[in-house]
Amino acid sequence: MTSVLGDLSIALTEEQGMLLDVARGFVADKAPIDAVRAQLETASGFDASVWQEMVELGWTGIALPESVGGSAMGVGSVVPVVESLGAGLLGTPLINTTLAGQLLLRAGGASVEPWLQRITEGEIATVALLDSGDWGATNTALDLTADGVLNGRKLMVGDATVADIFVVVCQQDGQPALAVVERSALSDGAVKANTLIDLTKRSGNVDFSGVTAVFSCCGDTVVSALRDFHLLGAMLVAAEAAGSAARCLDGIVDYLKTRKQFGKLIGSYQALKHPTVDIYCGMEDARSFVYHAATHVTDDSLSLDAELACRMAKAQASDVMSYAGDRSVQFHGGIGFTWDCDSTLFIRRAQWTAQAFGDPAHHRKHLGRLLLSD
Amino acid sequence: MAESDVALKKFQSEVRQWMQENVPADPGFLLPLSFLEVGTEQQLDFLRAWQHKVWQAGYLGMHWPSEFGGQGADPAYQAIVDRELQRVNAPILFNTIGLNWVGPLLLDIGSKESQAKYVKGILSGDEIWCQGFSEPDHGSDLGSVQTRAVRDGDEFVINGSKIWTTLGNFADHMILLARTNTETERKYDGLSFFLAPMKIAGVDAHPIRKVTGEYGFNQVFFTDARIPAATLMREEGQGWSVAMKTLEYERGVSAGQASAHWMVSIQIDDMVDQLRGYQRDGEALLNDPIVRDDTVKLIMEAKASALARSRMRIGPLTSDYPMGLPLSSKYRWTEYARRMKLFTAAMQGGHSALYVGDEDAYQGGFWQRAYFSNFGATIGGGTTEVQANIIAEHVLGLPK
Repeated sequence: MTSVLGDLSIALTEEQGMLLDVARGFVADKAPIDAVRAQLETASGFDASVWQEMVELGWTGIALPESVGGSAMGVGSVVPVVESLGAGLLGTPLINTTLAGQLLLRAGGASVEPWLQRITEGEIATVALLDSGDWGATNTALDLTADGVLNGRKLMVGDATVADIFVVVCQQDGQPALAVVERSALSDGAVKANTLIDLTKRSGNVDFSGVTAVFSCCGDTVVSALRDFHLLGAMLVAAEAAGSAARCLDGIVDYLKTRKQFGKLIGSYQALKHPTVDIYCGMEDARSFVYHAATHVTDDSLSLDAELACRMAKAQASDVMSYAGDRSVQFHGGIGFTWDCDSTLFIRRAQWTAQAFGDPAHHRKHLGRLLLSD
Repeated sequence: MAESDVALKKFQSEVRQWMQENVPADPGFLLPLSFLEVGTEQQLDFLRAWQHKVWQAGYLGMHWPSEFGGQGADPAYQAIVDRELQRVNAPILFNTIGLNWVGPLLLDIGSKESQAKYVKGILSGDEIWCQGFSEPDHGSDLGSVQTRAVRDGDEFVINGSKIWTTLGNFADHMILLARTNTETERKYDGLSFFLAPMKIAGVDAHPIRKVTGEYGFNQVFFTDARIPAATLMREEGQGWSVAMKTLEYERGVSAGQASAHWMVSIQIDDMVDQLRGYQRDGEALLNDPIVRDDTVKLIMEAKASALARSRMRIGPLTSDYPMGLPLSSKYRWTEYARRMKLFTAAMQGGHSALYVGDEDAYQGGFWQRAYFSNFGATIGGGTTEVQANIIAEHVLGLPK
């Protein structure tokens, strides 16, 4: 009899341990909170020189093959980097670019190497997925003609205003398909930036009507690649959220250790202490699921253990991030309610995180299907 | 010393074979769910004979020194035995306070004499141990214990009362935390730690009935009970540090326990198996999306606890809060277990109301009893609320 718990292993390779070290140092160095705040109202949301340094560190090629200049360490090795970026609230296009690379790699084979090469070299890529706010939708109205011309629009395309390469999820004669679109093919008004709740993130609605794709593919490999893409997106957003939740907890703990009311440090009150402990435990659980997922994702079609891990990671990390952000505002009292308090950044990150790649209830619904069906 | 997989594999099949031949059949009377509920002589005799048998086979305290009844083996061997005991739902190894708290404590910081005198009897089950820490007015606040120990020549005279004393009515010895000095500046410095005999004049154990309807706890009264001064562990006034060391073993923060098989294993799969058979509104209970969501949440909690144990071994993934995972494991695990058992009982419709003894109760009322019984885990060894304070103060560094 097999257990519903499935596999319980977590492994961290030496390279992943080093990536974690380097990424934490990088974020401490490049993303003090003032630097993060300086980007909140810029168009791109990130500092181009910081992005360039990330490219030079090889982070855009971590999970891409050596034939395109990558280091072929597997997408699990992106986790320690993204977790560290999350801890710094450092908004960069790394998650979107990594996921676009994964979707292309898994669906396109050798013919997509030119784009993968450009991704490794630092061009920004993104996936245009959503027709609506439904992350669980399995079809799209965006049509690809036999001549390779797209017709339709997508919502909330990550980093759309700065992306060089768009991987567009579309359909051709009712079959799921992918199309690659160059930035240069889009007209000036095609991208309309969203006003996002998380000020460190950027996305936009993109109208692809009349645009000709430079590459397309369809069939079973696309279906399988899209499934993996959804799960890897959940894993990476979860990794980022685990990092953000840990940093949010640090802020709460610092405040509870220094703020006095009624002559006592407020951290001595159990009404604040115990929820803080629950944030801590929830954050540790999120990290366990995230690194468990990182242990199981491979370049092949994702296993059942990997799927369970990615979904649990996302459900747990969003839940704890929501709780942490919410309590951070509350526990900081009046100051927590202000724009200048960093709790603002965390509660906004929490709201963005909750929906991205499916909210917790969405993932638990699918976990129920996987674990509890007859 | 890493053991080869081949040797461990071979050992596992040997253990499986032994279990098949030696695990006793259902005795026809209710067995306790854990060492906290041994209430009758009948249960005691049965469990003592079983523990003796396991020890004689060489399967208990395998990693303890052979001069004290162990095998001097790698802990991996005991872990295999424990897993197999759980797998076949073998009766528990009941002398837990001795096996998992006192034994490791003595082997760690006990004198040579105390090791020679006590350790073997713990393993064989010949000598039962209980713990005298909590008092009627001082449960979680252990530093305030009032039971007095007054030196009189080469004896101490004990007066006072201990409560929630598991196995107290059967025990031969008690690890006793008592106050030898009432004048110290810090209350902790007036405490001393004894390996006290129980079967002497002036010691009376009164069984306490629990919410489950069963026994296991006692209140122990000391009335001018005289114990040898040689039973003092370390020096007078050093009892607090010994008690804290004991709690490390009790809470599983330190390793060295003789066996992990001290309770009937109730796993998430047992819950799921049950839920699959239940009905609601004329169809399978698990068709209800809200029940499915709650079920998945519990599965995730169980998995997160198990994953925490895997992650504990990975340095770079524990460096932020080095003691965080072990110090929070009781807090998360016991609360999860309580809710899991409550949930299973609550999903039985009308059968939720039936208790042990009713012939229509599902699994003989197992889940209702297990839920009640689980409070032993969320209260004993420091309540959930005290655990939260410990995590807040020792892991997160929040003020007292």
